[in-house]
Amino acid sequence: MSEPVLSIRGLSVEIPSRTGTVKPVDGVSYDIRAGEILGVVGESGAGKSMAGNAVIGLLTPPAHIAAGEIWLNGTRIDALQGEDMRRLRGKKIGMVFQDPLTSLNPLLSIGDQLSETMLTHLDISRNEARKRSIAALEEVGIPGAAERIDSYPHEFSGGMRQRVVIALALCAEPSLIIADEPTTALDVSVQAQIIALLKRLCRERGTAVMLITHDMGVIAEAADRVAVMYAGRLAELGNVRDVLTAPRHPYTQGLMASTPLASQGKARLHQIEGAMPRLNKVPEGCPFHPRCTFAQDKCRAAPSPQITDGAAACWFPIAAEKVS
Amino acid sequence: MLAFIIRRVLQSALVLLIVGLTAFSMFRFVGDPVDNMLGQERTAQDIERLREQLGLDQSFPVQYYKFLSEAAQGNFGVSYRQGRPVAEILLERAPATLELAAVSGLLAIALGIAFGVFTAIRRNGFLANFIMSASLIGVSLPTFLIGILLIYVFSVELGWLPSFGRGETVQIGFWSTGLLTASGLKALILPSITLGLYQMTLIMRLVRSEMLEVLRQDYIRFARARGLRDRAINFRHALKNTMVPVITVIGLQVGAIIAFAIITETVFQWPGVGLLFINAVQFVDIPVMAAYLMLISVMFVGINLIVDILYFFIDPRLRVDRAGGH
Repeated sequence: MSEPVLSIRGLSVEIPSRTGTVKPVDGVSYDIRAGEILGVVGESGAGKSMAGNAVIGLLTPPAHIAAGEIWLNGTRIDALQGEDMRRLRGKKIGMVFQDPLTSLNPLLSIGDQLSETMLTHLDISRNEARKRSIAALEEVGIPGAAERIDSYPHEFSGGMRQRVVIALALCAEPSLIIADEPTTALDVSVQAQIIALLKRLCRERGTAVMLITHDMGVIAEAADRVAVMYAGRLAELGNVRDVLTAPRHPYTQGLMASTPLASQGKARLHQIEGAMPRLNKVPEGCPFHPRCTFAQDKCRAAPSPQITDGAAACWFPIAAEKVS
Repeated sequence: MLAFIIRRVLQSALVLLIVGLTAFSMFRFVGDPVDNMLGQERTAQDIERLREQLGLDQSFPVQYYKFLSEAAQGNFGVSYRQGRPVAEILLERAPATLELAAVSGLLAIALGIAFGVFTAIRRNGFLANFIMSASLIGVSLPTFLIGILLIYVFSVELGWLPSFGRGETVQIGFWSTGLLTASGLKALILPSITLGLYQMTLIMRLVRSEMLEVLRQDYIRFARARGLRDRAINFRHALKNTMVPVITVIGLQVGAIIAFAIITETVFQWPGVGLLFINAVQFVDIPVMAAYLMLISVMFVGINLIVDILYFFIDPRLRVDRAGGH
């Protein structure tokens, strides 16, 4: 198998505060290979966005990387500072944010914003940048790109704006895209289009994608592999089909059971009892044990095992036959 | 755009009409000019004759109508005190005020924006905090006090700069300028600092707070995520968005600079229209006062019109007549 584009090893993010240090990301490890979409799923506050921000070096102080390593195309990047990190952003790592209505500068035309990004990272002329901007807009499916290049963001609909945002994130041809809830702010019908677009671009260009979402439907639709996060830790990591059909971590199982399916009609949805712990009150042992129906003494005492691919961070993972 | 400008010009005309009416009606209560003009030795006939001569015996609406129709032709009547046409006196005095206002306005805008951006970008730096604290002085000290302090330090104690007047001036057509002589420039320094300091600190604090707000926006975060240089983010993306609300205030402040020049001109005995107005008030010289107020309101309205047009160039969302717009 090819060398991963992104490799995260034991990543921890800490936020020091007056009432004590919290760890929104705690010992997370995963890889993303070229052309692969890794879905990172979890509840609000599970640390999925925080991990993405750590990778692109946009943690808001005082949040900082406290431990672990981040490797991009074989280069270690977690210790990069200032200018060195800036040169990576946009060029090697692109990012797509949640709300396309606020992601674009309202006072600059989209052509300006595209050219500006390319001129920052690529050694090309203004004319060339403009040509490539039009091509980039065409690629993300903006009709009449040549005429619309001088339009301003307010002249586009939400879905079209998200396409522009994706064009911006991709215009310097980065090898990794971090898409942080890219469809959450969009209509359902537009969501599917944007997901299809991301999938197509990822396949055609061999870009690795970190798709951060809380929507299991989006994961099922788009991701090749999935990382389930809970209270800053990785709960389960594996192939999307394996994880969705045969979850091995009780939390993933609970998540799947609480996802509505059209085939189930109006049956009552499953609910995981309790709520995810606040980050300053993560319990000892396995963070999920107070809500886990299978919890035993070991779960309360020993921290759940840190995991690699295809495993669940659980002392007593659900065996495949138990599910079926 | 043209329709917009025409609409704004008509609105401006209405504003001027109302300002004129208010000003004109107020002058009826400041005192009787005839008292001042004739002195102690006067007869009832003298008073009657003068009232008739000045048109003061007519009813208020008639007086206002006459004032307006004359004013529209650039004729503001004759000064009661100097016995010369008001337009001529104003024209003579206006360059002094406009030069002072322009210099202090430019000073306030340039330094205000520069300091505002600096204190926003380096918001935790020592120098930025120092500038912010120092700016409280500019906001809280009254103009005349700043003027007097500056005179005390730089004229009385150090003797570097003149304490009053305009210095030597050069006549170019009707315009007398102090910008071309060394003594004229020297004389300009203290008054323009005095006049512009408040506006500068105001603009600076406004730019700072707006810029901090803009820097928190998603599009700035997205610009950072695209790896744009700090310079491009701060000055291209953030500053442009900061300027939209700031320009409104700058427009009003430039108007205020011209209007508040009265105080500075009094402190520095600056021979401009502000000083003329103060003298006119003391003498109940109604034509001068009325013309002065009209002049100030024309400037205010004109500056606001320019500000509105500037919006068009800065904010594309206002260009509603663009093809493809909503």
